[in-house]
Amino acid sequence: MNTKTPYPSVADLSFENALAELETIVRDLESGKTSLEDSIISYERGILLKAHCDKKLKDAQMKIEKIVMTSDGNITTQPLDLEQ
Amino acid sequence: MSNLPEFSVSEIATAIKQTMEQSFARIRVRGELSKVNIHSSGHLYSDLKDADSVLSVVCWRGQLAKLSIKPEMGMEVICTGRITTYPARSNYQLVIEQMELAGEGALLKLIEDRRKKLANEGLFDSARKKSLPALPKIIGVVTSPTGAVIRDILHRVQDRFPCHVLVWPVNVQGVGAADNIAAAITGFHSAPMKIRPDVIIVARGGGSLEDLMPFNEENVVRAVAACPIPIISAVGHETDTTLIDYAADLRAPTPTAAAEFALPERLSLIFTVEDFTIRMVRALQRKIKDSSSYFDLVHTRLKDPLRFFETRVQKLDHLTDQLRAALRHAVSNAREKFLRTTLRLHPPTSQLELSKQKIHHLHRMLETLSYKSTLKRGFAVVRQNGHILTQAAAARDDLLTLSFQDGEINVKKI
Repeated sequence: MNTKTPYPSVADLSFENALAELETIVRDLESGKTSLEDSIISYERGILLKAHCDKKLKDAQMKIEKIVMTSDGNITTQPLDLEQ
Repeated sequence: MSNLPEFSVSEIATAIKQTMEQSFARIRVRGELSKVNIHSSGHLYSDLKDADSVLSVVCWRGQLAKLSIKPEMGMEVICTGRITTYPARSNYQLVIEQMELAGEGALLKLIEDRRKKLANEGLFDSARKKSLPALPKIIGVVTSPTGAVIRDILHRVQDRFPCHVLVWPVNVQGVGAADNIAAAITGFHSAPMKIRPDVIIVARGGGSLEDLMPFNEENVVRAVAACPIPIISAVGHETDTTLIDYAADLRAPTPTAAAEFALPERLSLIFTVEDFTIRMVRALQRKIKDSSSYFDLVHTRLKDPLRFFETRVQKLDHLTDQLRAALRHAVSNAREKFLRTTLRLHPPTSQLELSKQKIHHLHRMLETLSYKSTLKRGFAVVRQNGHILTQAAAARDDLLTLSFQDGEINVKKI
């Protein structure tokens, strides 16, 4: 049985889609209606989704920049210093 | 004195009435409405005042319904009408035909007219509203790079979910501010992908209506409406409303609230993910537990295949021991039985010897007993060298033994 084809790769999912899919898996498993085999497949997928969400949540880093205009009219960024 | 004409009260009242109503037949008066009173007859009675004076105003029912604004106390208005007098009371008043907002009021009218125009174009339609991304990577902020607003936003971003914040510095009031702001909004959505925000916050602190005017300018409103990136507006205080609020996808009461709308709370998301995970694990455990008893059985047995063999190996060992013991027991039993039997089985030679002795003994006993009673009667048995002597001629000069009934004595032949 190939477990991978019906699902998109977890790495390509946005945070909200990964979280939504994880929630669906939780609800399916909690309903108890899926077979044991399918439950285990869902569970394995859920663990991947969880790791994906964790990664997105954990690489939160503050970066503050401002837009500056270059002489040729293009835009670029610079760190923003807040005058107190 | 007597040269002066003499008027009756009515005459002078009528003269004043004519003078005033001709001189002020159509005038515009600016003032603040106070004591707004709409009588049960439907007419409006009020006062128009400024710092030093008060003018009574009246607006008849029919005219009142045609006014473009609803008169409220405190409103700065410009009223168009005519002065009439009321001779019975020595009063005069302004009869209102038109009323418009003065100053801010006039500005508000302009804004209101613009709002209606843009609304008619569909710029504020709810169908145009875009939903905000759940987890933006880049937040664009169009605001002044100095002041409390940007700091409030940055603090809240830091608290909720630290991320990449890109500030597009603009003037938020005065000449050129509107063009500045519109260019920033347009600039963000045409920026290279790597610095293109997922959501934009357009923010400004509180100020007067005039201060907030750039956010009511048509080009700014149109730029907001046209922007494909979701926009949150946070201009002025909660009570202030600017036209970009209508065009924005979401209106936040304060800059801090805008940051809250833009970003989820990281901690609560972490909890959500953890909660889902725990529930998933529990659900699977329950599923395994609830699965058929056959599975449980097999599962338990297969948990450690060695154990399955161990018991059998043990049994084999046990049986081997038992067998060995049984064998040993059988052998020793046999041996014992053999010994017992052997013991009971006397060798024929010894048996013969024994019988011979026995016969001999019996013979002697028989011999002795046969003459014992005779000895009691005074007879004695003579033996020579252990052999009974029955004839004197056989006696030699050796020792003879005489056996009496009570014992033996040795005698010598003389």
